[in-house]
Amino acid sequence: MACISPDGKPTESGTKMLRALQAGSGSPEEIAKEAGLPLFRVRSGLRELNEAGLASQKGDRYELSPKGGEVLGA
Amino acid sequence: MEEVKEQISHMPRIGEPAPAFEAVTTHGKLKLDDFKGSWLILFSHPADFTPVCTTEFIAFSEIYPELQKRGVELLGLSVDSVSSHIAWVRNVEEKTKVKIPFPIIADLNKEVSMAYGMIHPGQSKTETVRCVFIIDPNQIIRTILYYPLTTGRNMDEILRIIDALQTTDKNAVATPANWRPGDMVVVPPPNTQEMAEERLKQGYECTDWYLCKKKL
Repeated sequence: MACISPDGKPTESGTKMLRALQAGSGSPEEIAKEAGLPLFRVRSGLRELNEAGLASQKGDRYELSPKGGEVLGA
Repeated sequence: MEEVKEQISHMPRIGEPAPAFEAVTTHGKLKLDDFKGSWLILFSHPADFTPVCTTEFIAFSEIYPELQKRGVELLGLSVDSVSSHIAWVRNVEEKTKVKIPFPIIADLNKEVSMAYGMIHPGQSKTETVRCVFIIDPNQIIRTILYYPLTTGRNMDEILRIIDALQTTDKNAVATPANWRPGDMVVVPPPNTQEMAEERLKQGYECTDWYLCKKKL
């Protein structure tokens, strides 16, 4: 897992992506720009964040989930 | 061995869609689809912690900024574990101060190597040869290079091919032997007699009707 550590916490790149979602970015392209990460990493990372319940997918866009918000606030 | 022969007979070809994959890498699980919209250089190396491969990884890292300027991502591959890849890139950084910025596929089950014809049993039955697949933003294979185990790749040529392919796509031209950015390009040859006659009046630098060059 590139975005989630074995202990379930987001990695540095995972946190950047969650913060980009929190800031209102929704498409992988917007998130890549906001987080300063390559697009391929963002596409792969969003799958992980979605599977971990930290982000939710709606069509082609993503949102920070309540659980993702909790993780950022912790 | 029979299985290897069978799968090698289905090697990918230029102009065909790149075989899809989902693979464990040093940057997490990646799919070919994740690179859609970018150029991608997928390359294999025989094994981690080997001398020629180490020089190549340093060289690929050195051209990485130039590739990024051209919208190109790099993705390495070998039949090694992700732990081995991580240990190797950390060792390269420790010994040479060069950080490997791109992901590397850990292709332990050889799924990707087989799909891309990267194992040549005449060279090695267990290691991938030095392959380079240049894949365009639509995920079509545009160039394939194969180097033997003993010969490290030429990064200038890889960059030159990227420049040539992008120039061709942008301007609908071809590029002559030893072309470099800024050199004259080849105008596509005419395919009717009328076009051949007109070609000579169009102000190009023509050796004859079938070989005309122009500046971009």
